[in-house]
Formats: sequence, C-alpha cells, structure tokens
Amino acid sequence: MLDSKIPAGKLDDKWVDYKGHCKLVNPANKRKMEVIIVGTGLAGASAAAAMGELGYKVKAFCFQDSPRRAHSIAAQGGINAAKNYQNDGDSVFRLFYDTIKGGDYRAREANVHRLAEVSANIIDQCVAQGVPFAREYGGLLSNRSFGGTQVQRTFYAAGQTGQQLLIGAYQALERQVALGNVTMHTRHEMLDIVKIDGKAKGIIARNLITGELEKHFGHAVLICSGGYGNVYYLSTNAMGSNVTAAWKAHKQGAYFANPCFTQIHPTCIPVSGDHQSKLTLMSESLRNDGRIWVPKNVGETRKANDIPEADRDYFLERRYPAFGNLVPRDVASRAAKERCDAGFGVGTSKQAVYLDYAAAIERYGKIEVSKQGLSNVSHEQIIALGKEVVKEKYGNLFEMYAKITGENPYEVPMRIYPAVHYTMGGLWVDYELQTTVPGLYALGEANFSDHGANRLGASALMQGLADGYFVAPYTVGNNLADEIYNAAIPTTHPAFEEAAKKVAERIQLLKNINGTQTVESFHKRLGKIIWDKCGMARNEEGLKQAIAEVQALKKEFWSDVRIPGEINEYNPELDKANRVADFIELGELMCVDALNRNESCGGHFREEYQTPEGEALRDDENFMYVAAWENKGDHDWTLHKEELKYDVIQPSQRNYK
Amino acid sequence: MSQNKMNLKLKVWRQKNAQTTGAFVTYNVEGISDEMSFLEMLDILNEKLITEGGEPVAFDHDCREGICGMCSLYINGKPHGPWQANTTCQLHMRAFKDGETIVIEPWRANSFPIVKDLTVDRSAFDRIIQAGGYISVNTGNAVDGNSLPIEKQNADDAFAAAMCIGCGACVAACKNSSAMLFLSAKVSHLALLPQGAPERKTRVLSMVAQMDKEGFGSCTNTGACEATCPKEISIANIARLNSEYLSAGLTSE
Repeated sequence: MLDSKIPAGKLDDKWVDYKGHCKLVNPANKRKMEVIIVGTGLAGASAAAAMGELGYKVKAFCFQDSPRRAHSIAAQGGINAAKNYQNDGDSVFRLFYDTIKGGDYRAREANVHRLAEVSANIIDQCVAQGVPFAREYGGLLSNRSFGGTQVQRTFYAAGQTGQQLLIGAYQALERQVALGNVTMHTRHEMLDIVKIDGKAKGIIARNLITGELEKHFGHAVLICSGGYGNVYYLSTNAMGSNVTAAWKAHKQGAYFANPCFTQIHPTCIPVSGDHQSKLTLMSESLRNDGRIWVPKNVGETRKANDIPEADRDYFLERRYPAFGNLVPRDVASRAAKERCDAGFGVGTSKQAVYLDYAAAIERYGKIEVSKQGLSNVSHEQIIALGKEVVKEKYGNLFEMYAKITGENPYEVPMRIYPAVHYTMGGLWVDYELQTTVPGLYALGEANFSDHGANRLGASALMQGLADGYFVAPYTVGNNLADEIYNAAIPTTHPAFEEAAKKVAERIQLLKNINGTQTVESFHKRLGKIIWDKCGMARNEEGLKQAIAEVQALKKEFWSDVRIPGEINEYNPELDKANRVADFIELGELMCVDALNRNESCGGHFREEYQTPEGEALRDDENFMYVAAWENKGDHDWTLHKEELKYDVIQPSQRNYK
Repeated sequence: MSQNKMNLKLKVWRQKNAQTTGAFVTYNVEGISDEMSFLEMLDILNEKLITEGGEPVAFDHDCREGICGMCSLYINGKPHGPWQANTTCQLHMRAFKDGETIVIEPWRANSFPIVKDLTVDRSAFDRIIQAGGYISVNTGNAVDGNSLPIEKQNADDAFAAAMCIGCGACVAACKNSSAMLFLSAKVSHLALLPQGAPERKTRVLSMVAQMDKEGFGSCTNTGACEATCPKEISIANIARLNSEYLSAGLTSE
C-alpha cells in the first residue's frame, strides 16, 4: 500500500495543523535554494511567482514562446470558490462534498478538503492582482452556477476566465523575472529528470530554437505540464499540450495514477473531416439554457427546423427528468454517444446531436416583453428580443460556432458531440504533492489528486492555482528545509552528463530512422485506437486489442517514422516526434489501467459493468483505490494501490433521475 | 453540410533562420475543403512536403481556438487574414475561392526578428510586461475580494482591455511597427482598477521606456492596429495611455 502521508487529526484541522508545524527555510537560505518549474500554466506560473516572492531561485520552463500562451488560457466558464457571497448555503464543506461526489468517490478526502479551504484565498489573490472578474452594478463580484452543484459559487470573466487568471499569474511571474528571482526559459522542452542518490536534482531541457541540450540543477523539480488529453490526437487541448515531462518523470520512477480517468466533455463542435486537427469546446454554461435532442426516427432526412416537436427526442430530459440537460459531463456524453451509436445522430457524419436555443430564445423574448411592458407584440418581435438576450449571455460562443461551422446558431440548432477535454489521472502525489521520487513534485492537471474519476466544471482552474499559490510554497519548503546543508551540484556531475548523453542518443535514434511515415500520421492512428477502445466506453476485448495495436504501432513508429530537418535547429517535427513517442507508451498504460479496473466510475465506463438502465456501476468493495503504476521497462508495469478511506463522506450511487 | 473542394496556389515566405535571407516559394495544394481551418490547410501542405522529402513550413500555433495568441501570419497583406476580429487559427477556408493565390508572410517588424519561415520572436512583449505590467502584490497579501467594490463600468472597461492576447498583429499592421495598442491595453487594464493606482505613474513611464528600448516605432494614429486587432481592443486605450503618460511625466519628481 502506498503512503499518502495524510496528516493525522480531524479533516478540518489537517491543513491548518500542517501549516503550523511544517519546517521553514530562513530567508538567507531560500536565496541559495534552486527550484525548477516545468510548465507555466496556472499551476506552474502561480508556483513560480509564489516561490520567487518567497526568495527561492526559480528556473521556469515552457515550450511556448511566452508563458502567457499556456493552455490554461483557453478555459472558458469560471473558477469555483467557497465564498458564499450569494448567501445560498455554500461552505468549505459543500465545495468539498460536491467535488468528492462529482468525482464518483475516487478522490482523496484530505486533498479535496484542502482545495476547498484555499479556494476563497484564490479569489482574493486574483482580485488583488487586478483580474477583472465580472461584477454586479453594486461593484461586487458576480457568480453563476455550474454542473453538479446547487449553489452559485463560480466566479468568471465572461467566457475568458482562464485567460484572465493566467494573465494574472503571468504578470506575477514576469514581475519576479524583473526582480531577478525567476529565470524564464521559453521555447524549451524538458526531456529528462536528473536523479542523484535517488532524489530529483535537475533536468535536461532542449532549447527548441537551437536544438541544444541544456543541463539545469534544482534542489527540487516541479512538474506543472498539464494533462495528456492529446493522446487521443483530437481533443480540446492545444496542439502542443503533451505528456512528455510527466512521462519522463514516470520513467524515472514516479508512479502514474489512474491514467484511464479521462474526461469527455459533452458539448464540443463535431469533427468535420479527416483534416481535423483539434476540437473546440462549447462552454458547459450553454447547457443552462439549451435543449439537447435527436430525431425520433432513424434515417431522418428533414432539416432540424422542419422536424416537428412530436418527432424529436429530448433524450437527456427523458432519461434524467430531475437534472435534465444539466447532468454531469460523463453522463451527458455517454447518453449522446448512445443515441448516435443507435443511428439517431445528425449532420453529415451522423456523429452529432442538436443543442437547440429556439425555446430559450422564445422564453427570454417573452420575459423581455413583460419586463418592458410591451403589448400587441408579434412572434417575430418576441424572437428578436430573445435573440438579443441570448447574444448578451453567450454571444462570443455563438460567434465562435459560426466561424467554425459557417452556420448561424441563432437560426438553426448547433450540432455538438462529446470530445476529450481533461485528464483526471496523472502523476501520483502524496499530500505534499510529492511524487514517488523524492524532490520531484507534480501540480495542477499533471497530478491525479483532486478530481477522482470525473472533474466538475470550474474546478480545474481552482486546483491549478491552489497547488501553485497556496500548497506547494508550504509543502516544497517543508522538504527544502532538509536540503539547506546541500550546496548546488554543478552540472558537470556525471549524473547530468549521463542523462544528457541518453537524451542525445534517443534524439539521434529517432532522427536516424529516416522512414516513410510522418509523425502526424502516427499520432492520428494512435488517437483512433485509444478513442475507439479506451474512450467513452471500454470493454475487456477492445482493451486487449488496443494494447496489442498500440504495441505494434510503437514498433512501427520506431522503424518507419520520418523526421525532416536537422537536430540542431528549430525543428517542430522533431519536437512532435519526441512527444508522440511518449504518447504511444502512455496509450498502452491507459488501456492496461482501464482493463484492470473492472468497474465503471465517472469517466471510466466499462460496458460489462452497468446497471440495467445503462448507468455506471461502481464496485467499491474491490476498486476503492487509486491505481498507481510503476514502470518496470518496456510494456511492463507494476500496480501499487492507495486505499481510499472515506472518514467523513459516505459513498453512495450517484443518481440523477 | 456539403464540402466544396478547391485547389490553391500558396506563395509562402521561407527563411532558414535569423541569419539568412528569405524568399517566397510557391506551392500548390489540392482538394482543400472549405470546412478546413487555414492552419489545417498548412498542415496538409506540410504533410505533403515531408512525404516528398522536403522541409515543412514552420509557423507558430497552439490553442487553435483564438485565445492563446501564438498564431500569427500575414495573409494576403493582412495580419490574421481577411476576416474581421479574427485570429489566423479561426480563419476558415470558406474565405477563399478555388484557384486563388494566397500570399503568406511572417509578421514584419524589427522588434520581432524571424526565427524560421513564418515564426517570429515576440519576447519583446514579455519584456514590456516585465517593466511594470503588473500589480505588486505578493501571494497571501490579499484582502477579501469583496472589500473593494469596483464600479461595473470600470470593471467592464478594464476587462475589455485585458482581453488582449499579445499576438502582435497591431505591430504587424502598423506602418511604423508601433506597439502602442498592446502597451495601452495593459496600462488601461491596470489604470482603470483601484488596485493598480499605487503604481500608476511608475508603471506607464517604465513600460513606455522599455517599449522604446525594444525599438518599436512611434504611433501616428492611423488606426490600422485597431482595425486588425482580433480582440477588437479599442484605440481609445492609446488616448488613455497618452494622458496617463503625460500626467505621470508632469507630476513625477
């Protein structure tokens, strides 16, 4: 059994006690301690800023041309916090409870409670930084509601909350750069962890402009490189989002936890053809007002607006009358897939369902008529008034939809389909966010700790900033206090030389293959295998096939991939090849994990384990654990279990009917 | 949803690195669907080039949903191409006709040196932010978020300025390669909020000084930046910047 080092004591007191008793590093010693941070999204940028402010010597790395580009920037909806500004009964306990339940009882209580505790500090900190959250006319902060909760606790900045939070963290980071506390290495990719005496003591990074391999020492290394959704090729992740830093950590001994827990978001713009390079999310907030439906008849040929009410199936409202269109993401996604698989899908590909605003437009129009005290209003006028309201609420999303599809969503229903969005799994970490390699930490989406088997909306931003601003500065410091006796190790140390040599050899090996197939074509094939067999629904037979297929793909990749250009120059194809090679290995582990978990929970749906109504069937007796995988070599992993103990919450079957 | 296929001629700027000179190279691409994004069309060109043993065209891109600011490209003489209020990654091939010739260049500005082909170095923007584009508040210093009410209009205006994605289209569109729209958006964002007040004077002076040091040109109010900005950042921010600068200059010691 793995030891998660959860402090003793009552759940409410754990974090307070920890902070009160953890070891400290005095200011003079902090100046001697070097901290490496890989990735500069919300988790990485906030950690770099906070650790820089404390006086540590921070070296931050990102593959983009600026830390402001990290994919946290694309988060739309908002960030949760237990402020209870709405007086609607919110509290730290409720946020904690909703997150554990939303995660289908596969997250660790102590971590999630800490997350809920610091959530309020995040909002305060961001406001102080000048993050322009939405406000009411009285000048106070505005809230809205999100899936899986009954209170309004989501803070937002229109549909660009992630952008505004990241810019806040980026500015705090750049301030530390100006003060000399943080050195920023943009267009760099971490390609290995350097270990000395079993501890993480640095990294090998490739300068993506020159191709040069650089050796960097750190008393601690923080992996903040985000999730691995791009293993599916098509996802809402950015093109560059990758698992490489986390995977290198895994290969150096860090266990990888729950890799099969992936989140498929129900409302994305569907694939339009083989050329498709990425998918675009339509915010969860659209399900507040939109109605989701498919035709009642297989082979329906009429246009959406010509199909009468009687021939429409509002399948979420039909199956889940209590929650309707606002069921959690995993449930909504599976229901859409079920209809499309049964032949009721719409659009050219038949892999889409309608998200219809006609009813909302009419409803808002009537409210406007009443608000404005109008009489003798025609139907057309009502619709026009309603469209104005919808435009104010969701205008930027509707415009994005129109640009991509060429259709006007105010006139015809949007076509949507589920797409890969977030990965709950990640590097296994203990309460201190330390991996199984001493001195190596994982923050944000890169770790596995807070969302269990399904993440609730508006919780990813919260976790990234909680880890970076308020958790890591304490927990990393607690361990650095023991390092003050150890001077910085020069990068001429044999361990650095050896690691750099191995990285160089691997790059040379890749380049020398000089085969016939492009990196992109391998990535697409990998994505198809994983999507078909380890996507929204999985079964034993399919997973076994997938493992064999991915193993064969790996062999083919390493014997027939073609990488143009040179090693010592700016070469995006080489960067991509390094990443796809790691995605292939991760893909296999995801299937291994999904095969091991003989139950359905959250985003992990094994077809063999469902209720007669087709709902996910958990097996708490046998699977109430975190599956943490240790890499033993090629295609070889050992399972370690961390038992999940629920001291405060009583797990129950989720019911949304 | 019927897909129309088209054949296009691309005139693409190729340049090995910052030390060499570049030139246009012409490529033909066939069977391009009008449902594709512009960058997916370039993906197809690159796949073809690699398969034929050539070198793919390097261009910056990441989120492909119009928010990260990584994509650039001067398309037929316009930053981010023909659509209004749009980034290159959100431009779709519906904007073009079968048989058309498309000219693709990198951002052209001395302060944005070319890295390779269509990729440029925009780190000057980061250095401008380092000069004062922040509020000096350490983590843990904050008071309750609602202890400081902010007039909704000011909050909304600050947000409108803060929407800047730092792509550099304003610089690329300007005949003087001025970074005034970028700079003014950040100065406005922070000057409009009470949290930004204590550093208001020093911020504008040192950010402008850094902008000049980076070699960006002067603003002559042609408005090309505003017309090109994918996030429709208003040129009124430049007026605000000028008045901030003036009053800071008059009152500083």
